[in-house]
Amino acid sequence: MTASKPTATQAGATAARGYRSLSMPARYLINAALVVAFLVVGELMIGGGVVSRYQTGVIEQIGIYIILAVSLNIATGYLGQLPLGHAGFMSVGGYSCAIFIMRMMGVAGVTMRDFTSGSPAAMGLFVCGIVFGGVCAAVCGLVIGVPALRLKGDYLAIITLGFAEIIRVVMQNIDGVLGFTLTGGAKGLTGIPSYTNFLNTFIVVAISLFLIHAMMKSRHGRAILSIRDNEIAAESCGVNATYYKTLAFVASAFFAGVAGGLYAGCIGVMAPAKFGFMKSIEILVMVVLGGMGSMLGSVISATVLTILPEALRAVSDYRMVVYAVVLILVMIFRPKGLLGDYDFSMSRVIERIMNHGRRPEDFAPAAASASDAGDITSPVEGPGAPAAPSDEGAGKEASTHE
Amino acid sequence: MNTNISRRNFVKSGAVAGIGLGLAACGGNSGSGSSGSDTIKVGLMGPYTGDVAQYGLACRYGAELYVKQVNGNGGINGKQIELDTQDEKGDATEAVNVYNKLVEDGVVGIIGDVTSTPTIAVAQASVADNMPCVTPSATAADVISYSSNYFRACITDPYQGKLMADFAADQGYKTVGVIYNSGGDYEQGVADAFIEEAGKKGVTVSAPQGYPAGATDFNSQLTNIIATNPDAIFSPNYYQDDGKIVTQARKLGYAGVFMGADGWSNIVGGDEEYASAEDLEGCYYDCSFVSENKDEKVQDFIKAYKDEYGDTPSNFCALGYDAAMILLNAIEAVEKDGTAAYGSDDYRQAIIDAIASGTAEGVTGDISYSGTGDPVKSTLIITFKGGVQKVFKTIEGK
Repeated sequence: MTASKPTATQAGATAARGYRSLSMPARYLINAALVVAFLVVGELMIGGGVVSRYQTGVIEQIGIYIILAVSLNIATGYLGQLPLGHAGFMSVGGYSCAIFIMRMMGVAGVTMRDFTSGSPAAMGLFVCGIVFGGVCAAVCGLVIGVPALRLKGDYLAIITLGFAEIIRVVMQNIDGVLGFTLTGGAKGLTGIPSYTNFLNTFIVVAISLFLIHAMMKSRHGRAILSIRDNEIAAESCGVNATYYKTLAFVASAFFAGVAGGLYAGCIGVMAPAKFGFMKSIEILVMVVLGGMGSMLGSVISATVLTILPEALRAVSDYRMVVYAVVLILVMIFRPKGLLGDYDFSMSRVIERIMNHGRRPEDFAPAAASASDAGDITSPVEGPGAPAAPSDEGAGKEASTHE
Repeated sequence: MNTNISRRNFVKSGAVAGIGLGLAACGGNSGSGSSGSDTIKVGLMGPYTGDVAQYGLACRYGAELYVKQVNGNGGINGKQIELDTQDEKGDATEAVNVYNKLVEDGVVGIIGDVTSTPTIAVAQASVADNMPCVTPSATAADVISYSSNYFRACITDPYQGKLMADFAADQGYKTVGVIYNSGGDYEQGVADAFIEEAGKKGVTVSAPQGYPAGATDFNSQLTNIIATNPDAIFSPNYYQDDGKIVTQARKLGYAGVFMGADGWSNIVGGDEEYASAEDLEGCYYDCSFVSENKDEKVQDFIKAYKDEYGDTPSNFCALGYDAAMILLNAIEAVEKDGTAAYGSDDYRQAIIDAIASGTAEGVTGDISYSGTGDPVKSTLIITFKGGVQKVFKTIEGK
């Protein structure tokens, strides 16, 4: 599912003569084809009854938790901060998306049934609702991020925790203040139409992962990574740290809101009490378990940790004990998380096969002798912060062979 | 912490663990999947771990006791009842998963869920299957509003609020203060209904005071209420809070009456005394089950429960027992009739019809239904005398 990784291999391609690489359109085509194949196979299996409704429900939740984990990974893994308020953004997105869709159903003339049959108006409303949920969460992220990101480490953790609690208490009491029913207060928001299914959930997952990936491989993403590695060095090289920290935080909040919107449709009821501290921790556990800074790690651990409690139903009363033991064992034997900061690239694997198992650096000595000195500096670790992305790419290559 | 094992070993151990889990899962499935025609499969769900596990477990023990009694008496129509018990941790997400799993396991009816939010999620999911469900204790109004397949064994929050407001009017109280947890759906639901009904009955509600969930100091709210010189204070919260509220109000010099809702059960007589006997003297709350009730059915139930678990049953145990009774009575009626094939759509519809038209002589009162999923049942007003709970009066359902 993870898209290609252009920067690292592009740097290699200029240095390594004779190395056969894939063009960018080809990379996108391969990845898009794989995503479509996944969606079609999944949809056919569900339609054909190979995957039961129970399993489909769990799979949808996996998709939602994948978005949550990967979006939190922007702030923890890529930006290097420790926010503990992800559930707050999720609830803002969930509430605003659900309320938007419920209020607009009458205006757009969409009934509950249209969401299951999938009329164009219902699909349009779904897209608008999800984006609206994401935007509301992003606005909250901006309001919270600007003051909160002046702090670091433990202090940031505590202030984001505090803001998430504020969001929860607002959700609980806003009805009384406004004087009309908006969120349903402590009783919760009920009667949300079930506007999600396997297909639209995973289309949103694929788009979210692509957008996050594309952002992290862009100039902005490299700036964010440089702040994680050394904020002072990054600033001295002209990276506007405050701007990029806020950008990463807002992006993280946006996708949490998108996931919240899907969650509301998947469960059909929203109650503020469910978006407390523990929900944030649950998402953080997924990121840490998968490996901070690894998108594939977040995807895998979100999948595993969503399936695990369900798979353990066979041992009924002891399942939460087993769940805890699994977490402890992983943290003892893999303190950096399952995948560390390794990330998978489909295109890289295909290129490896095209070059009969040789890597770009295997070509490097020949290329170095043939080309002028200016070219060699790029794969070598330079002290300048802007070179961070290629360093990071090389570091990831190396980390797979530790 | 530098003793990392190699990746290969990690993958190996992971694979072994995975295979082990897989086998365990298969073993579990083949064990419970053998539901032949000589058993009737019924789902039982609730939170058995997590924050609200105490309520889930209480309901489960009650329901399991009833099923055991039925099976001991030869089952229904010669068939044994097989319970498929699943935990949902008090989480709506898991509750929907559990519901889908129970449907897949082929249950003909479900006893559950226990708390309100997960139950609403299950109620919405269950409409498509027309699955007969009886919740022992979910009091939110929405639970039964989606379709005719959901029933509850307990009375609702608004019903309790209304009942206590009527009771306050009957007692001749003119001014009543209200203190409630504004962060809880139960407390807010009861308080809102109380205030509305009190207005209709001409009882003045002076200074309704909300407090945030988790508060332990209620002095400022109580001072505001006591300043209005009320005849009674209505505190529809859970017993841990109520105990503190009563104690703190007495310290502030308030000598009047306290009224509460069924969250008050367990305030005395449990593992801990939450308020002293003198402080509680003459206070009232409404409840459908109290172990001091001299009714024969209730005493038989308490004895059976003590024999089974060695403990006194709570309100939730009794409701779990009654919920199981409601569902199994209906299944018995359908089995005796014998026209609908086991597990078919007709069978489920027949169970729903049988619940709607039947009566269960439960330990929390005789329960019947009049067109909705809300029960028609009697409610007890409990009072305290020298630290012991007494039934003050019984209010018939309408």
